Amino acid sequence: MKIAVLSGKGGTGKTLVSVNLASVAKKSIYIDCDVEEPNGYLFFKPKNIKSENISISIPFADEKLCSGCRKCIDFCKFNALAFIINKLIVFDDVCHSCGGCVLFCPEKALAEKDKIIGEVQRGVSENVDVITGILNTGEASGVPIIKKLLNNHSEEKEFTFIDCPPGSACIVMESIKDADYCILVAEPTLFGVHNLNMVYELVRLFKKPHAVVLNKCLEGENPAEKFCREKDIKILAKIPFDRELGTLNSNALISVRENQKYRDMFSSMLQIVTKEVQHETVTNS
Amino acid sequence: MKIAIPVDDKSTKTSVCQSFGRTPYYLIYDTDSKESIFLDNSAVASQGGAGIKAAQTIVDSKVSAIITPRCGENAAEVLKAANIKLYKTINASAQDNIDAFNDGKLSLLEDIHPGFHGHGGK
Repeated sequence: MKIAVLSGKGGTGKTLVSVNLASVAKKSIYIDCDVEEPNGYLFFKPKNIKSENISISIPFADEKLCSGCRKCIDFCKFNALAFIINKLIVFDDVCHSCGGCVLFCPEKALAEKDKIIGEVQRGVSENVDVITGILNTGEASGVPIIKKLLNNHSEEKEFTFIDCPPGSACIVMESIKDADYCILVAEPTLFGVHNLNMVYELVRLFKKPHAVVLNKCLEGENPAEKFCREKDIKILAKIPFDRELGTLNSNALISVRENQKYRDMFSSMLQIVTKEVQHETVTNS
Repeated sequence: MKIAIPVDDKSTKTSVCQSFGRTPYYLIYDTDSKESIFLDNSAVASQGGAGIKAAQTIVDSKVSAIITPRCGENAAEVLKAANIKLYKTINASAQDNIDAFNDGKLSLLEDIHPGFHGHGGK
């Protein structure tokens, strides 16, 4: 089963939750889809890393063949092309690699070249296969890397955990598209509620079964918990605002591998998720 | 020669628009005939690459210079390839900018911003 962990903003605890759930499972795959700033590998310290470059296709024109008809420019909805003083200019960063301009060119003046935008690294950390997507600095979209990350691994392992990028934009939609279950991580603040609502709306739009993990819980009122009760969203777990957990995490240690207390906490979280997913499969089949 | 200014309204009293790529109109002024026309900016509602499309329109209109408060890097690249000069607006109406241009009082626009591209800058 594929479990995506997401949140409306960075720093709520997506990586904490997904890294620890992956570690507590008997055998699992952890996929870091936060390609702009992947950090799961800092905790896993994977071994035997194999890297693979990821490229996208960008058009280029043969000036001798180009008649300046501008069919490609008119076609491009992203305005990635311009024709200036008898020369076609391609804006690589604006191009979405749809290939339409190449198909439409009546002179066959356009062809595609590969442009490397990042890489995928695969390694192993004890019971976890760690797969990390890395988008090169300055590149516009990590979606092609996410597609590669999610399409290219074996289904043998029982659990796959997808550590999503923050927010609710295209890159997150791509990350949760094939997930069986979504875990929303939220902070106990009004700001946290606003961000939780963003991802809540997203998972509802995608009709994904979901539940919330309330992180950094303190004594007293929790606006995110109130929000969940109002909207009738299942609360999977409440992680306390705990100095010991914070220290382990800031030293890049995986808490379930260090302390039985956290092992129990994340084990029971995983049990609930497993039950929920099986229940979903039964009711939807 | 023809000069272009991004403007908010189709009127000679119009104010200058703060965006080059997503302005609703361009005022095209001919310094020889002293005539002004207004051009709709078809790029205003573009999903992306508005600056590139807008710059293409300006190039196709045979404009030699642009007076604008700001310009993004993609639009600037297109305009540079077409040898169009960029001047910085003074904080006033479109007409005041035309007068200042005719008097040679405008300076070149030096600070090209990296664009917003749907992410509020990068």
